Amino acid sequence: MAELNYREAVAHGIAQEMRRDPLLVMLGEDIADAGGVFKTTVGLLDEFGPERVRDTPISEQAIIGAAAGAAMTGIPTIAEIMFSDFIAVCFDMIANEVAKARYMTGGQISVPMVIRTANGGGSRFGAQHSQSVENWCMMIPGLKVVAPSTPVDVIGLMAASIRDPDPVVFFEHKSLFATKGEIPDGEIVDTLGTAAVVRQGTDCTIVALALMVPRALEAADRLAEDGISAEVIDVRTLVPLDTETLLGSVAKTGRLYTVEENPRLCGWGAEITSIVAEEVFWDLDGPIVRITTPHVPLPSAEALEDLAIPSADRVYDTVVKSMG
Amino acid sequence: MSTDRAEAGRYDFALRPPRPPAPVDHGNEDLPIPLETRVEMYRLQQELRQFEKRAYDLFMQNLVKGTSHLSLGQEAVAAGVAAAIRPDDYSFATYRGHAHTLARGVGMGPVMAELLGREDGLLGGKGGSMHLTSVEHGMMGSYAIVGAHLCIANGAAWSAQIRGTDQVAVAFFGDGTTNIGAFHEALNFAVVWKLPVIFVCENNLYMEYTPSDFVTAVPHPAADRAPAYGLEAVLVDGNDADAVYEAARKAVELARSGGGPSLIEAMTYRHGGHSRADPGKYRPDGEVDAWMKRDPIPMYHQRLLRLGVAEGQLTEIQQEVAQRVDDATEYAKASAPPGDAALMTDVWADGGSAWRN
Ligand SMILES: Cc1ncc(C[n+]2csc(CCOP(=O)(O)OP(=O)(O)O)c2C)c(N)n1
Ligand SMILES: [Mg+2]
Repeated sequence: MAELNYREAVAHGIAQEMRRDPLLVMLGEDIADAGGVFKTTVGLLDEFGPERVRDTPISEQAIIGAAAGAAMTGIPTIAEIMFSDFIAVCFDMIANEVAKARYMTGGQISVPMVIRTANGGGSRFGAQHSQSVENWCMMIPGLKVVAPSTPVDVIGLMAASIRDPDPVVFFEHKSLFATKGEIPDGEIVDTLGTAAVVRQGTDCTIVALALMVPRALEAADRLAEDGISAEVIDVRTLVPLDTETLLGSVAKTGRLYTVEENPRLCGWGAEITSIVAEEVFWDLDGPIVRITTPHVPLPSAEALEDLAIPSADRVYDTVVKSMG
Repeated sequence: MSTDRAEAGRYDFALRPPRPPAPVDHGNEDLPIPLETRVEMYRLQQELRQFEKRAYDLFMQNLVKGTSHLSLGQEAVAAGVAAAIRPDDYSFATYRGHAHTLARGVGMGPVMAELLGREDGLLGGKGGSMHLTSVEHGMMGSYAIVGAHLCIANGAAWSAQIRGTDQVAVAFFGDGTTNIGAFHEALNFAVVWKLPVIFVCENNLYMEYTPSDFVTAVPHPAADRAPAYGLEAVLVDGNDADAVYEAARKAVELARSGGGPSLIEAMTYRHGGHSRADPGKYRPDGEVDAWMKRDPIPMYHQRLLRLGVAEGQLTEIQQEVAQRVDDATEYAKASAPPGDAALMTDVWADGGSAWRN
């Protein structure tokens, strides 16, 4: 048992897998000598050497392209895109090339690669360095999408993503980097497509992802004081989506709240909402409520960014108001 | 390079400098290329020519659906490079990829069936004309978003480097592709990582319908950019298989021996339009005529005769290829459309497409 923070867990998970698979390589901007701009890859260069941990030019298309070309010819790869906002400059690679290679070649090409990227707000970085863009990737057939909320999940889901033979986009949340957690000894390997019920409850289901998970938990604590028993689910992976756990919980509680950091339109919660509405509608005791960032670019000022992104207060207030 | 315009928004083709093909270079006859390699390149050019003509006919008969981008007139590039690489090397093509796929030895039947959207197609009908791929032949795909595959070819070259093989990766692309960011990212990246990759620009003078020199800062879109990345500016007659072969051979040698990437700009011309039934009317008559006179295949035919190959042998090759094209056509027509089940397969490695439990 050791305590690691979320940031250290990233390097820990990668190192675990690089020790296991001597072919696994990694590339990205400032990841080697500098240890990553978020210090998530510290120590990897020293342990695995410059052939396996490689700095690149500021060329996101070249980074994803190289990772894809290597992956499809026998070398599993981890590519880092420094901020998830930059996915936009290599979205062709991710959405058109990597995601579709297997299908459009009739199953001939496999692209076992992980794209890691720092996602999410709370850092006062403004509209181009703060977005939560996991929904951009969720909508593309052929991509798996993972977004852990705790250090141990970072390790286990990182291992699962690396071992997965399909391309995975792995969202690390910037505002969680400093959070700590207990890490069991030995190898940690989790399973993609499994949500976690992180708090049991009977009155309502609150579904959250990444930074929204601790906020949902905090809200649930306060709701409990008011006599409302909230079940909190950490979705963990958007694709594959563990609908069994989600539907089971909503069928039990009769109420669904999604807590999404994405701007409102087409956030992942909309998809979950539609699945719930189609499949367990008659178990619902009230309208489904989505708690999201409003449909605006993220502002930089502390006061405004905090207003934009769902907070524990907002989750609490919304649930109380609608269940009241 | 001309940006003269008769009026705003309209290019004046009459003002543009004529861009005739290079004259036949008889010096290329003296290149030390084994005769059997030359005969092989002749056979390949015949295959590509006859296959593409048939593909066009089938498109006009509405049997090839969607789109197709033919390499008619550009066969010498595909043949010359294919003859210079090994079966275990990698190639990456654009949507104009029939030629590069066949040149790796992929059967005409499955390729034709893919164009017709049949279940025996190379990709089971799921890729179509623009995505021809045959991993077992080292043909790592045809890519339809301009520029992307140059970056992906880098990755295949990197992988060869990591695995310690001396394989090389070749990426084919057009003149228009040199103005997209991925081209520039790929070149810089390949050079700084010293990757065994060869970038082959098939300069057919046109993007889709716009002459690329109207929108490009330098006269030779690829070769003129190469020195900016520390690469030699290699410009060859893309209508001469020997010239292409020789340039490719040198580039392959350099890449295999750890010398890093190369770029080759091969000047060529498409005989037809950009795609589908495009008649290519935007091209000045004189230009088309001049290039038709420098058709790579009759020129190469004459060269082989001068080098002592019997006319009969060449005729035999033509006839044998014609038979194979007929067979491939029959094979494709006889194949059924893909069954419904194919829609939902091969999104994931497990063969399926499930995104939820
Ligand atoms: C990123 C992107 N932009 C535009 C297109 C549409 N498009 C398809 S082919 C083509 C022309 C490409 O010209 P060139 O690189 O010279 O290749 P050629 O077709 O002549 O072989 C264009 C613009 C595309 N497929 N991808
Ligand atoms: Mg062109």
